[in-house]
Amino acid sequence: MSAGTAKLNVTVAEVKPVNDLVTRFKFVRTGGGDLPTFSGGAHTVVEMQDGDITRLNAYSLMSNPADRGAYTISVRRDDQGRGGSRFMHTKVKEGMEMVISNPVNLFSLDLRAKKHLMLAGGIGITPFMAQMHQLSMMGGHFELHYAVRTASLGTYARELSERYPGKVHIYHDDQNEAIDLNTLLANQPLGTHVYVCGPKGMINWVHATAEEMGWPREAVHSEEFLAPASGKPFEVKCAVSNKIVQVGEHQSLLEALEAAGIDAPYLCRGGACGQCETNVIGYDGKFLHYDHWLTDEQKAGGKHIMPCVSRFEGKTLVLDR
Amino acid sequence: MTIQFNDETFYGDFTFKNSDWAIKRFPFPFHEDSYMYSVNMEPHKSYRPGSVFERTFDVDEHYVSEMKDRARVLANDPLRCQSLPHMTLAGWDLVELIMEAKAAEYPDLFELHKDGNRWRWVNKPLGIDDTFTFLDESTLPYGPMEYITRQTQGDFAVLDQRDDNLWMDAGMVTTQADWSLDFDIGMNFFEWHAPVPKAHEMGIFVRALKFLLNIQQGQPARRLNWTMTINPLLDTSPENYHKWGVMKQGLTRENIGDKQHLRVELQTFFRLPRSNALVFPIRCYLISFNDLVKVPKWARRLHRVIRDLPEELAAYKGFIDNRPLMVEWLSQFDDGSPTSDGIWPDDD
Repeated sequence: MSAGTAKLNVTVAEVKPVNDLVTRFKFVRTGGGDLPTFSGGAHTVVEMQDGDITRLNAYSLMSNPADRGAYTISVRRDDQGRGGSRFMHTKVKEGMEMVISNPVNLFSLDLRAKKHLMLAGGIGITPFMAQMHQLSMMGGHFELHYAVRTASLGTYARELSERYPGKVHIYHDDQNEAIDLNTLLANQPLGTHVYVCGPKGMINWVHATAEEMGWPREAVHSEEFLAPASGKPFEVKCAVSNKIVQVGEHQSLLEALEAAGIDAPYLCRGGACGQCETNVIGYDGKFLHYDHWLTDEQKAGGKHIMPCVSRFEGKTLVLDR
Repeated sequence: MTIQFNDETFYGDFTFKNSDWAIKRFPFPFHEDSYMYSVNMEPHKSYRPGSVFERTFDVDEHYVSEMKDRARVLANDPLRCQSLPHMTLAGWDLVELIMEAKAAEYPDLFELHKDGNRWRWVNKPLGIDDTFTFLDESTLPYGPMEYITRQTQGDFAVLDQRDDNLWMDAGMVTTQADWSLDFDIGMNFFEWHAPVPKAHEMGIFVRALKFLLNIQQGQPARRLNWTMTINPLLDTSPENYHKWGVMKQGLTRENIGDKQHLRVELQTFFRLPRSNALVFPIRCYLISFNDLVKVPKWARRLHRVIRDLPEELAAYKGFIDNRPLMVEWLSQFDDGSPTSDGIWPDDD
């Protein structure tokens, strides 16, 4: 099967700045018609034609999954990033036609849960917005704890508090408010599932605390998409396609393969889903593994690499592509 | 209507039979003269007009009688249809998937009219005209999965996806090749495949699971599987083994062409959008040896496949005792001439 998922042709129906860092985008199907239904927690991969470069970034769908008229995403501008979010903020205008992927869910609700306890940090709020829509429609039991830097950067904090009274708790960093995780986890009813989306430190903290407190591993869910790290340029030999590919400083290995016309599979493009796992045929140098997919053993073994986020430094790298 | 539906039985007097049309479009599963497991998945895209791969859910001349057989099996054993409480949403996903596909692909047989969440479903072959509220169970006579699978050929396993695994948490299973939903309900992918020989050592299931976990919305996949059945019996369940197991003992040179059937499953896989579950329809096609050998290529190839099949596969598929007789009977149709690649008859 070819890379990625089936594509959707969409038109930007609205570009709406939410605060200093976050802008919301609304997509409708180009030429009219319904978009596919999705499940809360799903993301779409947005294709950006940035000059010669095609950028593909995954963003969580935040709109009501039952609304097939439009999808919305929110993008946080990252000035230190490689340019995807900057492109969305500066180049994308209402009326523009774009290509996005069919929804993919790598952060889905466990529908067996008696209660869904959601922990969000910053822009990590977006997948929960779709999940809360879905749960409130189904009469599901949920509660959101949302940490934001300041009230003005608390993306959608006020809307959510109004939409789901009594179910939304906001914590402001600048007022030294913090989620009291131990107390929170200690007071959950049996059958609660915990979901966390936010910065890496927050995700690790939630997993570690839940484990210490004896929570089953299966009841704690997280999603973190990594942005591919920049790094020194390197060269890759692709044995199957018989091509030598140069990976630029601000380019991921996956992007370099795609630019060379090599059909490489992917889904999340953020080191989480495992779809792009590639066999290493030979190497002389050092891997820079950044993904969440490979085990530590695999990372040390030098037989696999996740080209969406990981890099290489050294003389030669030969891949099974 | 474009399809003439048969009035036939899959038990008792076994009046099931395939028309020339059904024989010609039979999904013969062997693309070469030998068989070994493989994941053998391909995209479930419309392929070869008239074939069973043309439509999302194939409807054929056996439809009405198969649905009567399903109702009969369910009346005797309601546990053939089960759905754990968290799978109701997946059931609605399945209602939508099947109704939209059938209404679009068989407009002369099925109609779906939507007014918001108020849906009217017309199934002409079964004489059904129901109006209900989508996502409201109280407006249907059965749960959503049961409702739509009582109207759709093939078994359905509805698999929840969590913890990087698939879980058999709902299903409608009345036409199975000797497995039991009631036994497997709640099991994960490795647990319910535990009885299959060889494939575990070959790493087949690890690869297959990885593939299935990554099946995406709008990109369904399919594969064929096969076994052997004596008499055109859809319900070869463990629950009823005491009724059909004995039939394997009465096979003779005289009746084998009539009684022995090749049983082929068209297995498809769809991601369900609201629930993120996976539905796995398993559609059973039966053909008697007498009908199968009407296609010379299939006759030669089936002889070679059955003759050379590894012992443990013949045992697992339940025909090891009858294999010598099958090989002997089929050999009369194999003159040793070569067979072309692929599954299709040579004559087009």
